[in-house]
Amino acid sequence: MWDYTDKVKEHFFNPRNVGEIENPDGVGEVGSLACGDALKLTFKLDKSGRIEDAKFKTFGCASAIATSSVLTEIIKGKTIEEASVITNKDIAEELGGLPEQKMHCSVMGREALEAAIENYRSGGTVKHKLEGKVVCRCFGVTDKEIERVVRENDLISVEEVTNYCKAGGGCGSCKGQIEQIIENVHSKAAKKVKLHPRGKLTNIEKIHLIQQTVDEQVRPALQAHGGDIDLIDVEGDKVIVAFRGMCAQCRISEFTLKEVVEAKLKEFVTDSLYVEEAEDSQESPHRHKG
Amino acid sequence: MDVVYFDNNATTKVSEEVFSEMKPYFSELYGNPSSIHTFGGEVSHKVQEARQRIADLLGCEASEILFTGCGTESDNMAIDGVLASQAKRRKIITSRVEHPAVLQVCRELEKHGCHLVEIGVDRKGRLDMEQLEEELDEETAIVSIMYANNETGVIFPVERIAELTRKVGAVFHTDGVQAVGKIPLNLRESKIDLLSLSGHKLHAAKGVGVLYIRKGTRLKPFILGGHQEGGRRAGTENVAGIIGLGKAAELAKEKMEDENARVRGLRDKLEKAILGSCPDSWVNGDVENRLGNTSNISFEYIEGEAILLMLDKYGICASSGSACASGSLEPSHVLRAMGIPFTAAHGSIRFSLSRYNTEQEVDFTIEKLPGIVKKLRELSPFVGKK
Repeated sequence: MWDYTDKVKEHFFNPRNVGEIENPDGVGEVGSLACGDALKLTFKLDKSGRIEDAKFKTFGCASAIATSSVLTEIIKGKTIEEASVITNKDIAEELGGLPEQKMHCSVMGREALEAAIENYRSGGTVKHKLEGKVVCRCFGVTDKEIERVVRENDLISVEEVTNYCKAGGGCGSCKGQIEQIIENVHSKAAKKVKLHPRGKLTNIEKIHLIQQTVDEQVRPALQAHGGDIDLIDVEGDKVIVAFRGMCAQCRISEFTLKEVVEAKLKEFVTDSLYVEEAEDSQESPHRHKG
Repeated sequence: MDVVYFDNNATTKVSEEVFSEMKPYFSELYGNPSSIHTFGGEVSHKVQEARQRIADLLGCEASEILFTGCGTESDNMAIDGVLASQAKRRKIITSRVEHPAVLQVCRELEKHGCHLVEIGVDRKGRLDMEQLEEELDEETAIVSIMYANNETGVIFPVERIAELTRKVGAVFHTDGVQAVGKIPLNLRESKIDLLSLSGHKLHAAKGVGVLYIRKGTRLKPFILGGHQEGGRRAGTENVAGIIGLGKAAELAKEKMEDENARVRGLRDKLEKAILGSCPDSWVNGDVENRLGNTSNISFEYIEGEAILLMLDKYGICASSGSACASGSLEPSHVLRAMGIPFTAAHGSIRFSLSRYNTEQEVDFTIEKLPGIVKKLRELSPFVGKK
């Protein structure tokens, strides 16, 4: 049973502003049947440029419906400028909060609103378009979208990103990339926030922790898409690894597995570690330069 | 508000007779069945009686009944135990629609070097027998195929699979959690080697399960530290739970025939009325060959969790294969394995009945559901689009 607030339940059982406005000034359509939720938002402006009326149609669970309903209430009476700064957090807060795993509903609300505003500004010509490069193929989520939910909601783990925008919630093969995006956003926002300060480790403890981190934090994600990793050696702060299978053969230039592994080791073992690849992991003839 | 409980594949009501049989063993008769004194010995007799009652329901010997903590433990023990009891054979055959209690154990063993084969199903949820026959070989250690599927109720040809399995010298395990008490069994005449069942699915209490172990089946125990259950599963018995399960087994045997027919009638009435009153809805699973208590219905254009919450408002309990209802982002692995489109899987609802359901409850649901489906479809952007 989900722990919904009374306000979520109230909006679910008595949704406001259901329907579609005829000849709307803005239309936003996001999501799909396959993804499990979808929202169509339409609005109309009055003479002074304020949102006079807004309506929605939603396919989805109780929180998706409640989110859509409350969104129409929030935007009514606002100017386009005021509406365009509404975040998913604002929507969730209006409902008294959403369960963590349902936060993606609030993100869907914000996306629909943005799409509708974009549609209005383009004079009805632009339909919702994906910005950036698709990272999660299962749910069609782009790097720009992931960056944004990470920034706006101060997310620090892949699991949270999945809760907020579904990315990584399907086959899981993009988890490494999501990890990288989180890392990038946070290193831009504030250089060096130490998440897990640790005491001094003995050599044996350190090697043991490195092995454990590789086994538990890195390997499952690689295996999910046909790859693997071996820990070859540890020399001081240098960690030598080899990538196997698909990972050794296929590397995309702006995203290197080495960096992902390094980020994990820094997080779970100690900040001073860096990663190098062993010679033999580059044997494969099909490997792209990266 | 009265509860209309149509979620009996999740758990069932503990029957009054079962509860009253259990009660003394929570209070005055608290002895340990392993004790030498008469006070404990009486409890031991009662545990033996329960063992016999379950053996009578399954058509086997009391010595072949092992009590566990739940159906999941029985499944874990069966699969792990067979693999650990010998080192030669390393292949496991199961199906893609098993309960996670089987599937996750198999996938874990795969990580540790076992060769895992997951047999697929067709659109109606029927097992690909051809693939299964092809995969069976001298490498196979265990075949684990459920008796009946918990989500769709589809019944698998386990007797036939058990025979094929025996031919290659492998062990056959079946997760019978949904079948026991609904399908008559006679394990003496069968080639099934291991069968799991769970107390709370047949009107006994939670926290007790059984693993039937055919005499002669080699199984390495994995809870150590005591002589209980002949050393095969250590730990002081869940005495009240076991005694309750014994009573539940006796009742199931006695009532099975009559009650199954009545429950099937109620299920059919419910299903027919829903399909008739809700356009764009259909039944998932092989309707010719499934449990009489289960109905899995997909409603196009709407989402399962929303339907469940609206039903919940009327006190009607059901479950859904939708992603949102489970807390994951993808719909049920069973419906996906069947190739049910995501769109329909998201809108699937499972009604599962028991002998405690009444015609009045069915009528109440028939009255309320169409309005719910209609209301949610009015909200849906997809209605009229397709």
